[in-house]
Amino acid sequence: MADALAFGKLNWPRDMNIQQMAQSSPATYGPLGSQLTVSNVSKIYGVGDFAKEVVRDCSFTLESNRLTVMIGPSGCGKSTLIRMLAGFERPSNGTISLDGRPVSGPGPDRLVVFQESALFPWMSTYDNIMFGPRARGQDTPEMRTFAEELLHKVGLDGFRKKYPAQLSGGMQRRAELARSMINKPAIMILDEPFRGLDAMTKKLMQEYYSKLYEEFRRTTFFVTTDIDEAIYLADRILIMTNIPTQVRAVINVDLPRPRHVEDITENDDANAIKMQALGLLHDEAMKSFARGSKAAADFVDAYAKRINKE
Amino acid sequence: MAKSFALKALGFVSGDDFWRGIASIAVFLIFWEVGSRSQALFGFAFPWVSQIPPPSSVLQELIVLIQDPSFWMSALLSTLRVFEGFLAAMVIGIPLGLAMAVSRTFYGITFPVFEVLRPIPPLAWVPASIIFWPTQELSIAFVTFLGAFFTIVINVIGGAQAIDVRYFQAARSMGSSTWDIFRRIILPATLPSIVVGATVGVGITWAVVVAAEMISGGGSAGSVGGSGGGLGFFIWNSYVGGSYTQIVAGMISIGIAGYVSSAVLRKIGKWLTPWLLEN
Repeated sequence: MADALAFGKLNWPRDMNIQQMAQSSPATYGPLGSQLTVSNVSKIYGVGDFAKEVVRDCSFTLESNRLTVMIGPSGCGKSTLIRMLAGFERPSNGTISLDGRPVSGPGPDRLVVFQESALFPWMSTYDNIMFGPRARGQDTPEMRTFAEELLHKVGLDGFRKKYPAQLSGGMQRRAELARSMINKPAIMILDEPFRGLDAMTKKLMQEYYSKLYEEFRRTTFFVTTDIDEAIYLADRILIMTNIPTQVRAVINVDLPRPRHVEDITENDDANAIKMQALGLLHDEAMKSFARGSKAAADFVDAYAKRINKE
Repeated sequence: MAKSFALKALGFVSGDDFWRGIASIAVFLIFWEVGSRSQALFGFAFPWVSQIPPPSSVLQELIVLIQDPSFWMSALLSTLRVFEGFLAAMVIGIPLGLAMAVSRTFYGITFPVFEVLRPIPPLAWVPASIIFWPTQELSIAFVTFLGAFFTIVINVIGGAQAIDVRYFQAARSMGSSTWDIFRRIILPATLPSIVVGATVGVGITWAVVVAAEMISGGGSAGSVGGSGGGLGFFIWNSYVGGSYTQIVAGMISIGIAGYVSSAVLRKIGKWLTPWLLEN
């Protein structure tokens, strides 16, 4: 584990930087600096009296090469938004466009890393990573080399032939990151990827992912319910409202990179952002509490204790 | 590989489970032997058990039987029928189950009929089957087929429908075609259920083939190439002839045959689904 995380100076991949890679093989590399725009998107499930509006007139932009974190009360419709960005579902109203082209259906330009591992249990780590290229008929020597690079990068060289069930939770997430990254998506979407990991592993994964992003620097959309995780990773934080969800506020996190978890906990700016975000989230949680959400009750309770202590 | 097998075998023989198994079988045989001989030993007959020939006689009978080619012929006939019926059930049942799971339209059309036919015990099909099919052999094979067919189909449907939707979403996102999804997601994801269906199905097949053979009788019992025969007919014939040791010997050979079939399928299943680990 420690060995896997100590990767020092990384080259992406081999001795080229990402721009050079993009120039060297434009056909296989998606464009850098993609921008995804969500404008006035609504999603309504059901019809007539049974209609339930989950997303209402929601607009935001995933700025190019920046890491946008979305945080909001649980059950607020974050997963619905992700399914629409990925193209699994269509918005009832509004448009989602990637670099000006409207999104219609799933595609390798927008890849989702799911909450719990969605690695294919019947494939080895290597076969899982090679899934995308093979699906598109690109089982080429270059891709195989790239898969090896990624295996090395996520510290799973020794686990290429293991099945997902033989990997630890943290390894599964890293394998899944590699499986997405081999497709060089224009937008990476991560739906609470570190949820369910124990606290220690989670922290390691955050540091690990942060380094990966700082080197990779692609347009990234990261969804979480963990405010510390949000501040540690984000360039921008979208605070979402209670259901039907909208963007309540956008907070820019201008903390210097590379970041370290310890710096974030001691940084005054980071703490100010945290208080601001918690205040907004508390507001929204109160609203969903008023509507009878049990998950919100826990948050309201915890927030009250925190405020009383200070 | 061979070494690890030897080590495993050694571990098994020295393990508690092995000796518990031995003790269990030994106690069972002793009770049976004593019960069978109760009239001679205690002067009164134990109910039920005393009617059954003792294991020592059954063993003698088995030793005689395994030297008799016609017994092996019966066993071979039954095995072939099981194999035919089971194979047909797999070949027809797996694609049908997959089609039913994949296509909502096809499911809507076929499932009601399937669900009405499924609860009918295979043996209830015997008379109809004798009328439908031109030869006795086909009738027995058909009933045997039904025994495994429904179990396999219902397992395949269940397995395919339980596939996590995220696997499809992930595959679609990464650029999979419909055929690619079928081949690399649906098929392997359903494989464990197919193995379970096959293992359960083959057991039912043995139960059905024996009963079907008893009912349809033997044109020329145990003879080469003749219709009828089989272990079911062998047992029935032993009953008619009053040879009770042969009945029990026949029963035990069916038990062993069923066990071996299931064990072979489990082995094949394990080999086919190496990602299902026991740890």
